[in-house]
Amino acid sequence: MFRGHAKILRLVEVLGEVTGRKKLHKMVYIAKKMHLEFDDRFEFHMYGPYSEELSVRVDELCGLGLLDEQKESKGAIEVYRYTVNEAGRDFLRHHNVDLGGGERLFKRLNEENSRFLELVSTIFYFDYLPYDEMKTKVFTLKSKQRYTEEEIQRGLHFIEELRQIHIQ
Amino acid sequence: MQEAELLSEEKVFKDPVHRYVHVREKLIWDLINAREFQRLRRIKQLGTSFLTFHGGEHSRFNHSLGVYEIMRRILETFEGRAQLSRRDKLLCLCAALLHDVGHGPFSHSFEKVFRFNHEDWTRQILIGDTEINRVLRTVDDQFPQDVSEVIAKTYENKLIVSLISSQIDADRMDYLLRDAYYTGVNYGNFDIERILRVMRPHEDGVVIKLSGMHAVEDYIMSRYQMYWQVYFHPVTRSAEVVLRKIFLRAKHLHQQDYAFSMEPKHFLPFFREQISLSDYLALDETVVFFYLHQWREEDDEILSDLCKRFLDRNLFKYVELDPRKFLQVEELRKLFADAGIDPMYYLEVDSTSDLPYDFYRPGEEQERIPIMLLMPSGQLLELSRKSEIVESISGKRRFDYKLYFPMDAVMALPDHLSGPIRERLGVMQDV
Repeated sequence: MFRGHAKILRLVEVLGEVTGRKKLHKMVYIAKKMHLEFDDRFEFHMYGPYSEELSVRVDELCGLGLLDEQKESKGAIEVYRYTVNEAGRDFLRHHNVDLGGGERLFKRLNEENSRFLELVSTIFYFDYLPYDEMKTKVFTLKSKQRYTEEEIQRGLHFIEELRQIHIQ
Repeated sequence: MQEAELLSEEKVFKDPVHRYVHVREKLIWDLINAREFQRLRRIKQLGTSFLTFHGGEHSRFNHSLGVYEIMRRILETFEGRAQLSRRDKLLCLCAALLHDVGHGPFSHSFEKVFRFNHEDWTRQILIGDTEINRVLRTVDDQFPQDVSEVIAKTYENKLIVSLISSQIDADRMDYLLRDAYYTGVNYGNFDIERILRVMRPHEDGVVIKLSGMHAVEDYIMSRYQMYWQVYFHPVTRSAEVVLRKIFLRAKHLHQQDYAFSMEPKHFLPFFREQISLSDYLALDETVVFFYLHQWREEDDEILSDLCKRFLDRNLFKYVELDPRKFLQVEELRKLFADAGIDPMYYLEVDSTSDLPYDFYRPGEEQERIPIMLLMPSGQLLELSRKSEIVESISGKRRFDYKLYFPMDAVMALPDHLSGPIRERLGVMQDV
């Protein structure tokens, strides 16, 4: 019961805190692309790959009093910050969740900002396309983010780095 | 783009929701006749709801035609108002018609057990070696890919995408009206004629004239009611739980090299998680029902029992669950196991939730593209800022948790085993 919830809770616990729903969605999506087991299904949304199921899960965890959510205003936008509370830690004691090699992966992902993770997850989303078509998708669908070709290259190198982390 | 042909005369389908579905384009006619689209006749729109609402037997074929018809009418409204080329219009019509073509039998249960997304299959059907792909390519080689991207919401023209996927789109408008009609409930009805008249194209998506606000309020409330009264009906959810358990048991038996009395060849690719497009297309609800009938005679007691429950509508009962008491569920799991009732197949927490309407939270995830009102001044205003009714339900997600189990099996246990279970479930002998 609630195994999928426990995984998300464990992820936040491992990281201490996660700042931004966007960041959480992108990290889980990238982890899935790195073959970590998460059930949440993703589709393309305003900020790239997004999971309604993950949103529901996070809302449930907050509603159940296991995850604390704090809303912070950053200029014109609001950012949500998540931390696991004592009830959440107690919940995890009853659910044996081991993220395994995923812990290092998530810690590395958490070092990057959500804008960059949005780019990396979008590259992953269009990984079935040839490079030029993928690049066109990034430029047209993410025109407001104004990503450069250098950033796309950095994103691709980052994906290679993640593969090394996960393999080790 | 090749010059798309028109039929020599218009074809019509009689439809109980829209009265008639009008087809003028040969392209649309050929798509309807493609085998992958005809397959949708054998997939019910509402999955297991027919066990709750006996009229709810309509198919995804009906619904897909309905979405196409609504799109055709929207495009009529947009005539002279939107900068849409002939190719754009064909793109809208094809995406509307084909948006559900990747659905499999009892998708909600099936996809959870066999871990795939029907969206991936939609894409494969559109761009793979299929009759549908061949028909789409008569427009141009890029056309199948573009239809796929509109459905996947990755197409660059936001107006076209919003007509298929937004908080007020052709898909939702058809399924609310159609599901209400076939299930025989009243709450799904709203004034679609009015909404179609007040829809206007805008560069970032479709918008609604202020004068149509009340019709949209009605639509949103209809949606809210349909979700809680029809789609999330506890008996329907029970049938889904039983069906999931059937698929799960069959999969586990295959993994244990169980000798089925007849090889379940249609299911083998799913058990092995190596599914080709032809495997996927070969499985529809008639095939699933065939196996349910086969499996009810299997020697495996669990598989046989679950199939009988589904086919004879002897479903699981339920109690409301406070999910904060998750430890009690773990205790129950142990009590079920001690009593010889395998909790993996006979005890299930089912949760559901809905967010009837949501507004835009700039910069953060979880936002939805809002419904925008076109004010007389020409400015746009987000719906919940103008409508008090919509504001009252905006951004409010409602959850529901239920614990499903076979009451008859619990009651058949000796008192010393059933007593502790009933006590924890909070159910009395006469439930």
